Amino acid sequence: MFFPIPDFKGFDFFPHNLRLPFMRYKGLCFLLSVVCMAASLGLYFTKGLNYGVDFVGGSLIEVQHKNGPAPLSEMREKLNSLGIGSVQIQSFGSDTDVLIRVEQQKGGEGEQQAAMKKVVDALGPEYAQRRIEVVGPAVSSELRRTGLIAVFASLIAICIYVWFRFEWQFAAGCVLALLHDVLVTVGIFSALGLEFDLSIVAALLTILGYSVNDSVVVSDRIRENLRKFKRMDLTELLNLSINETLSRTILTGMTAIAGIMALIIFGGEVIRNFSFAMLLGIVIGTYSSVFIAAPLLGYLGVKRDTIGNAPKPKDVGPVIAPASSAGADRAKAAARTRSAPSKKAAR
Amino acid sequence: MLHFERWKIIAVALVCLAGVLFTLPNFFPKETVEKWPWWLPHKQLPLGLDLQGGAHLLLAMDTKELEKDWLNTLRDDTRRQLREAKVGFTGLGIASGSVQVKITKPEEMDKALEALKKLAQPTGSAILGSGGSDLTVEKKGADTIALTPTPQGMQHRISSAASAAIETVDRRVNALGTSESTVVRQGSDRILVQFPGLQDTKQLKDLIGQTAKLTFHAVHPDMTAEEAKQTRVPLGYKVYPSAEGENRSYVLQESPIVSGEDLVDAQPGFDQRTNEPIISFRFNGSGARKFGNFTKDHVGAPFAIVLDDKVLSAPVIREPILGGSGQISGQFTVDSANTLAVQLRSGALPTKLTVVEERTVGPSLGADSIEAGKLAGLVGCLATGVLTIVAYGTFGVFAVIGLIVHGFLIIALMTVIGTTLTLPGIAGFVLTIGMAVDANVLIYERIREELRAGKSPIAAIDQGFQRAWITILDSQLTTLAAAVIMFWLGSGPIRGFAVTLTIGILTSVFAAVTVTRLLVSLWIKSKGKSRILEVPV
Repeated sequence: MFFPIPDFKGFDFFPHNLRLPFMRYKGLCFLLSVVCMAASLGLYFTKGLNYGVDFVGGSLIEVQHKNGPAPLSEMREKLNSLGIGSVQIQSFGSDTDVLIRVEQQKGGEGEQQAAMKKVVDALGPEYAQRRIEVVGPAVSSELRRTGLIAVFASLIAICIYVWFRFEWQFAAGCVLALLHDVLVTVGIFSALGLEFDLSIVAALLTILGYSVNDSVVVSDRIRENLRKFKRMDLTELLNLSINETLSRTILTGMTAIAGIMALIIFGGEVIRNFSFAMLLGIVIGTYSSVFIAAPLLGYLGVKRDTIGNAPKPKDVGPVIAPASSAGADRAKAAARTRSAPSKKAAR
Repeated sequence: MLHFERWKIIAVALVCLAGVLFTLPNFFPKETVEKWPWWLPHKQLPLGLDLQGGAHLLLAMDTKELEKDWLNTLRDDTRRQLREAKVGFTGLGIASGSVQVKITKPEEMDKALEALKKLAQPTGSAILGSGGSDLTVEKKGADTIALTPTPQGMQHRISSAASAAIETVDRRVNALGTSESTVVRQGSDRILVQFPGLQDTKQLKDLIGQTAKLTFHAVHPDMTAEEAKQTRVPLGYKVYPSAEGENRSYVLQESPIVSGEDLVDAQPGFDQRTNEPIISFRFNGSGARKFGNFTKDHVGAPFAIVLDDKVLSAPVIREPILGGSGQISGQFTVDSANTLAVQLRSGALPTKLTVVEERTVGPSLGADSIEAGKLAGLVGCLATGVLTIVAYGTFGVFAVIGLIVHGFLIIALMTVIGTTLTLPGIAGFVLTIGMAVDANVLIYERIREELRAGKSPIAAIDQGFQRAWITILDSQLTTLAAAVIMFWLGSGPIRGFAVTLTIGILTSVFAAVTVTRLLVSLWIKSKGKSRILEVPV
């Protein structure tokens, strides 16, 4: 039978008998993560987030200057004298496009509309309106609430699922990793002063999905290894599981990042923030599943049915960590030529 | 795991084919698709407002105002009822959300209670049967009676007013000309108007801001509209078109007999004797008096119900309507009775609507977004594909074929379901492509691992698919949990994203697990099991 695709091997870039000692540095990683989370919380409570109109109300108007670059300072002068509070003006994507933000007006729903109209009238026919978003106080407070509920409901749902499929220690690890992802992403948004709107909440929820995906893959391997190596020291077993799944963690991360980079570069100004949040989340999510979710099991311990209660070796066990990339290459070559025996040696 | 029965191969092929067929219309302009033969799918993926440009307005009803209006009407009704029952009273007023009245003579208390209890109406439409009363009428202290709207009653009011307001908004938005606008209820007291293609919302908002004008007019006794057009319209009369179309018009007295403000309620129902659909209506005190006087003098003559200068209906007066409430009957279906009742209410309860959220996207930005989305989508998919083939060789090609099927299936499913494609939706699409590869990565890494452990090629492939399956299931289900919650709680853009993500998760499992596995099994067959010495992964 004829098959239209010729056989060719893929490029296996990953040194598979690499055993990076993740567990040895778990204390350091936890410290780093805790510091990051604390810093994010600190930023959130002191600097706060640059909320978009979705969450604080007010108007957002994107206009395009019809003849050449938009005169930003002139616009600023004009719009700030309208008596509608502070008006933020920034160029958006290209020098003809301008984003105007009007803060929420006091007095209720009708006032927001009036302020938006004032801006549009003041700018005159030289500017084409590309986008207008006006959100009143009732809707913005609702969106804020549902956004928050959505994030926490997802966290809880994921946690319950993981608990159901694995054991509570896994769920605890997952939830801590997820909390870490959300907090640090929010912290970075706060630090950089990026606009935080409804689409960022969607990004956060997706990050939760992606990160737990990673954690579940590692957890799955841990569970499998717990059955396979009933007497292996837990720290060693966790380390082995992380290392065994590392190639998939990195490859999947790479393909996801490739897609998101395309969105960031070509997707246009409107979804740039959203794409950026996604990118952050995938990097942070990958980190957390490798450095938080799995190592946490080392602290919490897992129930295992060891037969005969044999004494566990106290030592961390053999660890192979090539000192240089040349070493890694050699190790890879060795793995390819002598598949079966070298595997046993690596273990 | 690697053996596929013939019918399974055919089923997979059919699913893929259906995916391609249902996606196809999206690649062609609408005009071309319309000329296609009937057996090809014609449905295209509707573009969201952020992509095609248009206006999105969220309107809220003033429920406090609604409650106030109701209490005012209730106070007037209480006065009328007590006067009719000839009960002496003082201190009629509204306090803390209820109408309160003091009965002067204690011995008339029971009589007063009985008279006022008539004001309570069953909630729920007459068609669906009753669902409790809309008012509680009770003694408060020695001499006071309080009439308090029940929560169900209030809910019923809001719901009635909302359907009336939707009717008004819908009618006016349609009058602006564009066909694809939608007006839907959101929650209990909000109305969402979506108007593709419209950018200047000023006109739309002005139209919505007006309250509906409902009036009742006398019809000219003998002149028809045709005659009036040929000669001239008599003084004090005017020609009004029918709501059904311009062909029918009526000559009506210009000054109305009663205006809609005097109408308290209108509900569809059934005549108790003939069982035909009717509309029952009720006027307040002053409306009842005016309408009573008119109908007394014009038995046998028609009168016209006019909404926003269009004649809705011109029923003939069968007998004087003195008590303020009556019914309109004759050749209604359940639907048309319901429509007329809603129209009457939209004039009777001119609810003030305020814009609480507005999002408008100009067509130029929409077009830019589509272009950007297309480019980003293409580049994203391409980058993912190249990476996969570089990393996994021939099996990588299988994975990419799976990804292409996955892409087609997402678009096909979204088209069939009728979800609108939004910019976040495109982002979700790119992301699911990236995440769908994950399933393949899991499988192939597992195969490599089994090979390194010394398994034979066939055994390694088999084990790879089998072992990775559990992990894939777990990881996709958890992502699904997040997506479902996003859909459940999210609004607008989040929802569009969640739908894409959910569909993407489902199709990615099919693509990665079924399609790729089928390709691998075909590949094994083409080589012959015994002759496979190496796995091209």
